[in-house]
Amino acid sequence: MNHDLAKAAEFIWLEADLLDHRDYQAWLALWDPEGLYVIPTDANAVEFEDSVNYAYDNAAMRDMRVRRLTSGESMSAAHAATTVRTVSRFRLLDSDEAGVVTLRCAQHLVEYKFGKHRTYSANVDWTLRSEGDGLRIVRKVVRLANAGDPLAGITFLP
Amino acid sequence: MTASYAALVEADRVHTRLYTDPAIFDDEIDRIFSRTWVWVAHESELPKPGDYITSWVGKQPVIVNRDKAGTIRVMLNRCRHRGATICEKNKGNAPGFVCPYHAWTYAQDGSLKGLPLPKGYKAFDKADYGLINLRVETYNGLIFATMQEDIQPLEDHLGRARPWIDLFMKQGGGYPVKVLGEHSFTFPGNWKIQLENTTDAYHFPVVHKSFLSSLDGDTEQLFSFMKAGGYVEDLGNGHSVMVMIPDLVDLEANLDEPIPERFSDLAEELRKDHDEDAVRRIIRAVTGTGFNVNLFPNLACSMAFFRVLRPLSVEETEVRHIAIGMDGGPTAANRARIRLHEHFQGPMGFGTPDDAEAWERVQRGAQAGEDAMWIMLNRGEDKTTTNAGDVTSETGMRAAYQMWKRMMTA
Repeated sequence: MNHDLAKAAEFIWLEADLLDHRDYQAWLALWDPEGLYVIPTDANAVEFEDSVNYAYDNAAMRDMRVRRLTSGESMSAAHAATTVRTVSRFRLLDSDEAGVVTLRCAQHLVEYKFGKHRTYSANVDWTLRSEGDGLRIVRKVVRLANAGDPLAGITFLP
Repeated sequence: MTASYAALVEADRVHTRLYTDPAIFDDEIDRIFSRTWVWVAHESELPKPGDYITSWVGKQPVIVNRDKAGTIRVMLNRCRHRGATICEKNKGNAPGFVCPYHAWTYAQDGSLKGLPLPKGYKAFDKADYGLINLRVETYNGLIFATMQEDIQPLEDHLGRARPWIDLFMKQGGGYPVKVLGEHSFTFPGNWKIQLENTTDAYHFPVVHKSFLSSLDGDTEQLFSFMKAGGYVEDLGNGHSVMVMIPDLVDLEANLDEPIPERFSDLAEELRKDHDEDAVRRIIRAVTGTGFNVNLFPNLACSMAFFRVLRPLSVEETEVRHIAIGMDGGPTAANRARIRLHEHFQGPMGFGTPDDAEAWERVQRGAQAGEDAMWIMLNRGEDKTTTNAGDVTSETGMRAAYQMWKRMMTA
């Protein structure tokens, strides 16, 4: 595996593990302060700012989202789904000398709640930036296969 | 069954079977959704001739389009030959519709234009095989359809809800109201649980505590409307209005009040291209209204969006939250509205998942004591000419269920 891709894949696996195990503070620390976390309602969207998304989160919204999921004030988050996600099919799209890599991958996420399993398949676009020995998330776009369809309440971070 | 429906709805309570009995659900589709005005679309979704969306009237799939003459049509999405749907896209623009099965071809007005190998039919008149057009009427951009040719005009059906719809549409801020996008979700529960919720202020500080905590101080204050002088009023025909924030009833009033701190950056941005009056009008519009108008049976004009319900089964309901903004209005203002919409609404909003969970819990809990217990709607006094009412009154639910009873026993 290409070095950039191997490093990015390891980082994305870490991100997946942190979200499945709800280590949200560690997850927040993975982000560039200007980073954008988007889950569009149209899987093919190329523009997000002027469209209705499921999530369009800058740092402040990510902080608030984590607070909501962990505060105990939200009844749906208090009974949050268990999630198990698998991330693979990484493809490096670009990497530059400044240490910015873009790639995409496949994500299969299974949630379990109230006796029911639900599957969320998605293509995920990533822009990552080198910082010291590690990476930071500049952009993560989760393109759900069923984006736009009626979904159930999502009490986790895809 | 008709006689017994009367016994299932009392002035201040309804029987639990209204949530759980599949036979009642089937009758609701026939006696309510097939016999009244059902909201199908907003005019801004069909700006040009040929534009269409697919929607539903009760359980029946329909195409809503604007034909080349500009007429808005609602047609059953079913080929007259063997019944296939003739359109499966959510929206688009089409010169007509071709059935994928045997290529029967329909014009935008539903008339049958042609079919392959017509000589295989004897005495066939295409005029007998057009798509079924429903009766369509609109009010202030809202498009409604009905299966019934003989019911009262839409304006009479809406009645005293009309001035509230007019107030709601002021959030165009001087521009026409436009649909900006939507979220949809399903919950495993009866449709009336959702219908009740849009006129239920009592749940807000409980279910939406995590939303309130995420707001800045002033906005949290605005949404803490338990003692802000609000009320719920029965508007007739099952419709009601719940006023939560009286100051935001008329968005064109109080324009000289200070611009809230949270909108100061947006106001600054708007001042580049707009005079101060327009800036204030647009900022008030971005805030959204301070009330919910519940239109029986399937639409709520709720603060800053449309909430549309679709009954799927006795214990499954689809809900759409449609974001609206200013058609041709400032990009920054529409962006602000979209971000506010995303904050509360949708499967990942800070409000919707908690509502959906509460509604699911109602459906699950209603399995207990199904044969003997009642759903209580006895909270609070109705607003009348002599009574100020109370924002947490269950007046809107009582109004909706009296309409339910009227239609189910008709």
